[in-house]
Amino acid sequence: MMTPTPNTTSKTTPNTTPNTTANLNPGPSAAPPLSVRDVTVAYQRRPVLWDVDYDAPSSSTGKGSLVAIVGPNGAGKSTLIKACLGLVPLATGRVEFFGRPLKAARRLIGYVPQRESVDWEFPVSAADVVAMGRYGRLGWFTPVGRADKLAALACLEKVGIADLADRQIGQLSGGQQQRVFIARALAQEARLYFMDEPFAGVDAATEATIVAVLRSLADAGVTVMCVHHDLQSVPRWFDHVVLLNTRVIAAGPVAQVFTPENLHLTYGPRLTLLEQAGTALAGVEGAGVSVGLRSAPAPTTGRPTRSGEPARTREPTP
Amino acid sequence: MTLQQSAAQLLDVWLLRGGHTATAVSLGSALLGASAGAIGAFALLRRRALIADAIAHATLPGVAAAFIVAAWLGADGRSLPVLLTGALIAGVLGGITVQALSRVRLLSEDGAMASVLAVFFGAGVVLMSVVQTLPGGGQAGLKNFIFGQAAAISTGEVILAGACAITVLLGIALLFKELGLVCFDPGFARAAGRPALLADGAIVAMLLLVSVVGLQMVGLVMIVALQIIPAAAARFWTDRLWLTVVISAVIGAASCYVGAGISAVLPRTPTGATIVLCAGGVLALSLLAAPRYGVLAMGVRRALWGLRVARSHALRRVAECAEGLSTDAQSPEAFAAAGLTRPHRLVLRLFGDIRLTPSALPVLRRVAARRALALTRAHRWWEQYLVSHARHDPAHADLIADVLEHADNEEFMEQLQAELGLQGAGPMPASPHPLGVVAPKFNAVAEAARADRI
Repeated sequence: MMTPTPNTTSKTTPNTTPNTTANLNPGPSAAPPLSVRDVTVAYQRRPVLWDVDYDAPSSSTGKGSLVAIVGPNGAGKSTLIKACLGLVPLATGRVEFFGRPLKAARRLIGYVPQRESVDWEFPVSAADVVAMGRYGRLGWFTPVGRADKLAALACLEKVGIADLADRQIGQLSGGQQQRVFIARALAQEARLYFMDEPFAGVDAATEATIVAVLRSLADAGVTVMCVHHDLQSVPRWFDHVVLLNTRVIAAGPVAQVFTPENLHLTYGPRLTLLEQAGTALAGVEGAGVSVGLRSAPAPTTGRPTRSGEPARTREPTP
Repeated sequence: MTLQQSAAQLLDVWLLRGGHTATAVSLGSALLGASAGAIGAFALLRRRALIADAIAHATLPGVAAAFIVAAWLGADGRSLPVLLTGALIAGVLGGITVQALSRVRLLSEDGAMASVLAVFFGAGVVLMSVVQTLPGGGQAGLKNFIFGQAAAISTGEVILAGACAITVLLGIALLFKELGLVCFDPGFARAAGRPALLADGAIVAMLLLVSVVGLQMVGLVMIVALQIIPAAAARFWTDRLWLTVVISAVIGAASCYVGAGISAVLPRTPTGATIVLCAGGVLALSLLAAPRYGVLAMGVRRALWGLRVARSHALRRVAECAEGLSTDAQSPEAFAAAGLTRPHRLVLRLFGDIRLTPSALPVLRRVAARRALALTRAHRWWEQYLVSHARHDPAHADLIADVLEHADNEEFMEQLQAELGLQGAGPMPASPHPLGVVAPKFNAVAEAARADRI
């Protein structure tokens, strides 16, 4: 359903942005979609992310992955996304996309911010918002054209709300608003997506639609990184998981990394959460996947951090 | 001057027959109003109203300082280009100071803006007192920069206002989609590599331009109102961004045109104040009378909804009473409208649900009776659903169902039916809670109505 390669047909107007379409296809190179090295982010000297290393699974097989970023409140999940996108400054470290710096890879990256981050009373229609996803292929001074409007409609169709295209966005339900955001991201036609809690506060139908859309993205070779809250659904919906609590506690395929021990390390001794995780894991076992393989390191990045204690209580050593 | 003369003169001004100066004032201020309204729409949506105000106030020390410097250099301090250049520089400095201060850890952005506004304005007032002591300072008319005096403007300033309007409108037209994006979702704009900084900068730069050009006509205290009030009023009339901008520009232009005219006829009224009052009037009107978001329209909609709900409840009440009868509950004659409270009966009469039998007994019309049964069924289904799926006790379920049942579209009803495992409409479900006592009068009337038919 997706056309993953950057669209080169709508280049009728001079593009004043530094981007060119020539070298945008990531190709089947071995460079991972996302590579985070030694990233530390601090707000007012308080570290929010501490020495984060992470490589998203490579999509060289032609299949992308759905990656959940989980961790307790204040673990730096959103900050990790924002740091990758250059929305918060890095204290140290670097981030690469398909082996390139952010500037050269912008067109390959899509973003779904948290729903609360915008004013839904804003005077725009659902179709207008989705068309914003197409701005990346337009020059600064080029107005939105007919082709872009049609593309926006097609994206609304994919999330099942094409009939609401002309609605002012404030008159949509929470789930519909989230679908608009997903549709806008689809309109970006990116190879790597960052989504900040796309499932937060949505209805069951929207949830199913979003899961289906993400899955079809992955099938088309696209990588999706989702900040996610609901531990129970991690094994059902995601291929990989990043357990984050200021540091990366563990990262890798869900079956290998999403273990009670790792969750304990991530969340600390909070019984309710462990209970939740237990239920979730029962689901994994039921599906015939073995659990508790911590001794066998994950092939990609299943790297437990040096220390097991919850890292947030630590002050960084200079 | 009599009232009649004033009115005639005002009409002349508005029809551009009031002489050269008056025409210049009207045109110049309308152009200014259009540009202020247009860029103000973005300032409002970007929540930059306070920054616009801070910048406007920050121009005052620039005006005074420019006069002083010019006087020292032996030039004419009253020259407008000199004064406006001073204003522009001070405005930029004010804007930069706000930006710098809001990066300071313990100072929030609004704190920074309020501080800059007050300090720059204070500095301006002090410098103005210095100006008063300089030769020619008393007559320089710098006070007009605070509250505005359109009568003082010349043809040159009309051209200036025109140039300003063209610049602003052209800038908005060129950058329209980027300005809209940065106002709606700045985070996404930056993440997608859009020129968010440029767009933000363009908004502030255009605000500054309008403020400086408008200093003499509207005055620095009230220029912010001219930027924000038309935009606020425009929000009530449309859900489209470009229309918001256009309507805001039109309201700005109209307020200025009308306000400047009034101020020209009544010489001692400060132009800024008259213009702002006109804009405020438009805002009040929009707030009240806008078709969709206006207070009146919303009140009417709420009242109509209230009537609809009352009608539904009245109909259901009749159906519930009829249920208590031994007679054939489906026959319309059983649906006597007795046993209703007076308001309920009034509502039913209003909607034409009641007819009189030959002997003048009030009963429901056939259509209304069917509707009453459907409503009762919907209510019972919701109750069942709330009891079985949400574990409410029946009495509580009754109250919630009273609200939910009005979302009575087909799709909902089908879903509800499916959730309850029902096939087809089936017989009327029994009420899970005791119904109100059937009025004895109702019984009698219903029997009489039945007899009437025979």
